[in-house]
Amino acid sequence: MTDTLLLPGVITALAFAMAFWRFTAGPSAVDRVVAFDTLTVIAVTGLVITALVSGRGIYLDVALVYALLSFLGVIVASRYLEGGDR
Amino acid sequence: MSTVLLGLGLVVGLAMVGAAALALVTRSTVTAVLAAGLVSLLASVLFVVLAAPDVAMTEAAIGSGLTTFLFFFVMGRIRREGAK
Amino acid sequence: MIALTWLGVAVMTAGVVFLALGGLGLVRMPDTYTRIQAGTKATTLGTILSLFGAALIMPGWSIKLLLIALFLMFTNPLSSQVLARAAHRAGVPATDKTKADALADDQEGLA
Repeated sequence: MTDTLLLPGVITALAFAMAFWRFTAGPSAVDRVVAFDTLTVIAVTGLVITALVSGRGIYLDVALVYALLSFLGVIVASRYLEGGDR
Repeated sequence: MSTVLLGLGLVVGLAMVGAAALALVTRSTVTAVLAAGLVSLLASVLFVVLAAPDVAMTEAAIGSGLTTFLFFFVMGRIRREGAK
Repeated sequence: MIALTWLGVAVMTAGVVFLALGGLGLVRMPDTYTRIQAGTKATTLGTILSLFGAALIMPGWSIKLLLIALFLMFTNPLSSQVLARAAHRAGVPATDKTKADALADDQEGLA
């Protein structure tokens, strides 16, 4: 189980690196929030891969809490940006 | 620790360093708050990779949820009070 | 049993490729609105495919994985819509190739 998931792990790390580049380079603040959202969705997949490699189902609960809280953060940030320089 | 976990931990740790540097360097407050929230979210992934799921859940709840929510709530409050 | 595991690894690899395509779109797209499109739609499909592959590998975890997939299916389009509205209201410029802006037309009609 550990080495069969090597290819998905590498491609996930690649997607993570590209989304992180957009987070550092994004010209507007909305670009950074989009990159933040994408990074958390990719990190949920990373957590599931970690759970499969370790063979422990309790890690999936962390993934669920993680998805919930990142969604909350994105909503609050975009509600703040909405009232910005109009 | 297998190769996959080592690689994931390495990528997440490097991204944490980058996000922390961005939070220090940037001039925009929104970017700094987002980068700080990203640091704590990635810290929770790193805690899972290091086999501590309870610490990871607490870190995700406090670091990302409470801190980011509180920052944006207070910043919106300050803006509304200032406009009045 | 072994065949199911390999099928799960294949499905998971396909989903992760969609995640990488979403990241590539995030890097290559010309303006904020197209980046929202690439960063939320492609990654939703990629995550659901990866969770399905994980459920094929570990059938005992199906309930939790289904819960995560349902949650992402509900929240990801919602955050995409809220983000696009925030970008439009904050006045983030679109690329020069944009032909129509239906939301701005609607608001001009209302005003």
